[in-house]
Amino acid sequence: MYTETEIIKDNIKAGSETDLIINIGPQHPATHGVLHLIVTLDGETIKKIEPHLGYIHRSIEKMCESLSYRQFIYVTSRMDYLSSHINNYACAMCVEKGLQVEIPRRAQFIRVLMSELTRIASHELWWGAMAMDLGAFTPFFYAFRERETINDIMEETCGARLTMNYMVPGGVMYDIHPNFQKRVKDFIQLFKSKIHEYDELVTGNIIFQNRMKGVGYISEEDAISYGCTGPVARGSGVHCDIRKLYPYELYNEVEFDEILETGGDSFARYLVRVKEMHQSIRIIEQLIDNIPEGDFQAKTKAVLKLPKGEFYTRAETARGELGVYIVSEGGATPYRIKFRSPGFSNLSALEHMAKGSKIGDLMATMGTLDLVIPDIDR
Amino acid sequence: MFLKEYIKDVYSGVKSLLIGMRRTGKYFITPREIITEQYPEFRAQLSERFRGEVVMPHDEKNEHACTGCTACELACPNGTIKIITKFDIQPDGKKKKAIDTFIYHLELCTMCNLCIVACPTDAIKMAQNFEHSVFDRNTLTKKLNNPGSKIREGIE
Ligand code: SF4
Ligand code: SF4
Repeated sequence: MYTETEIIKDNIKAGSETDLIINIGPQHPATHGVLHLIVTLDGETIKKIEPHLGYIHRSIEKMCESLSYRQFIYVTSRMDYLSSHINNYACAMCVEKGLQVEIPRRAQFIRVLMSELTRIASHELWWGAMAMDLGAFTPFFYAFRERETINDIMEETCGARLTMNYMVPGGVMYDIHPNFQKRVKDFIQLFKSKIHEYDELVTGNIIFQNRMKGVGYISEEDAISYGCTGPVARGSGVHCDIRKLYPYELYNEVEFDEILETGGDSFARYLVRVKEMHQSIRIIEQLIDNIPEGDFQAKTKAVLKLPKGEFYTRAETARGELGVYIVSEGGATPYRIKFRSPGFSNLSALEHMAKGSKIGDLMATMGTLDLVIPDIDR
Repeated sequence: MFLKEYIKDVYSGVKSLLIGMRRTGKYFITPREIITEQYPEFRAQLSERFRGEVVMPHDEKNEHACTGCTACELACPNGTIKIITKFDIQPDGKKKKAIDTFIYHLELCTMCNLCIVACPTDAIKMAQNFEHSVFDRNTLTKKLNNPGSKIREGIE
């Protein structure tokens, strides 16, 4: 086995005498989880970054093979726990594709609303955490003030704050809470009255801008060849929003803009996420008053069996493209499940982005990648 | 030219910092907008759908609605529920299946709600308590049916 000590020794051998090797993580506040980066430095300049994964590997893909099509969805909340609704959504869609069930319109509305709320909550948390990476402590609390409101809405309707397991094959688990519409509207009001504070505190701040602009640059071609998706790729001008490219369910009926920035640096990625929050609010505003009456769940059999074959769906999570690939042998459990998670590909571009820059800039670059480590390891 | 740019940068930089400080200052002098809540003096009121723990409600006659069909056991993804059934002798001499013990491992439960959805008679539901920490993990293995309880009349 290739142990960590050996990796470090090899790095020392490969480098020159003056190289300095430091370990960032696995327990480091700026990696937001158990990510281990072996960074080779020449003075303060980064020469090489080697991410070392697997500290939170729970073999979710293998676990799913022994669970039924109803049961495996809840595990996927634990991959990218900040957009758990969207993970569940993608899995539920994949199962529905295999079963060929028609989803009631009411369920589609609820699903899209929940996904967009999750996206805002995820971006809010990212905003606070990223400002904290750069040394600003209070933005975290500002972000959590709004995020708590979303969490309360989730708690009331779905029953949980983070790992909801609300999407089931055929629709959603139960109908929205009677207060749901009112509370979402209250949230929109709150969000609109507070979002300018984000710009005042962080976006316009000169220290922040100087630390972000030109840091962690990745060009459009490189973003594509590294397989970046989501705000990371859109910050480099890659047109890659799954909601626009391959609209699923309601996304071709609602109006929203795909945010594209051409800067390619950390600041561009920052702007993409902040602007995406506004677009999510726009989607919610269009849907919240028009939720049609009807069933919230299609009738499905007690034991779901997918026909023999392969099924693939994709969804746009807060971090990028999530692909769910199911191979079925016709039984009650999947034969093989593969998740294409956005965090893994985005992390692979980190070395390219940070090479040649100073070690202090690594945190800014990593912050704007918005890595969720359980999503990378699965 | 360079000097002009420089002065402009300094001016906009200081201005941006002041804008941020004004926001911070506003919250400093209006502390009623602070949202911190003191725990444990203040405990959040959780909504009735919140998933804290699986419980089996009993009525005043110590009766529950569980038929022992094990649908919840099969629906659970991680083996949290174990149902031991027995056969009750009815007054008319017929045997009837009933639960002997409903074992619930709180330490394994992920609060996914699949068991509640699967139950055909709504015999189990989610409770809203969230303070589950104990010193001994064995106390987390619970028996949900009360001693001496039996199934409510008319539930098949
Ligand atoms: S909530 Fe989920 S994990 Fe817990 S007992 Fe029910 S089915 Fe099992
Ligand atoms: S709790 Fe419900 S599902 Fe579980 S055994 Fe009893 S009746 Fe069946």
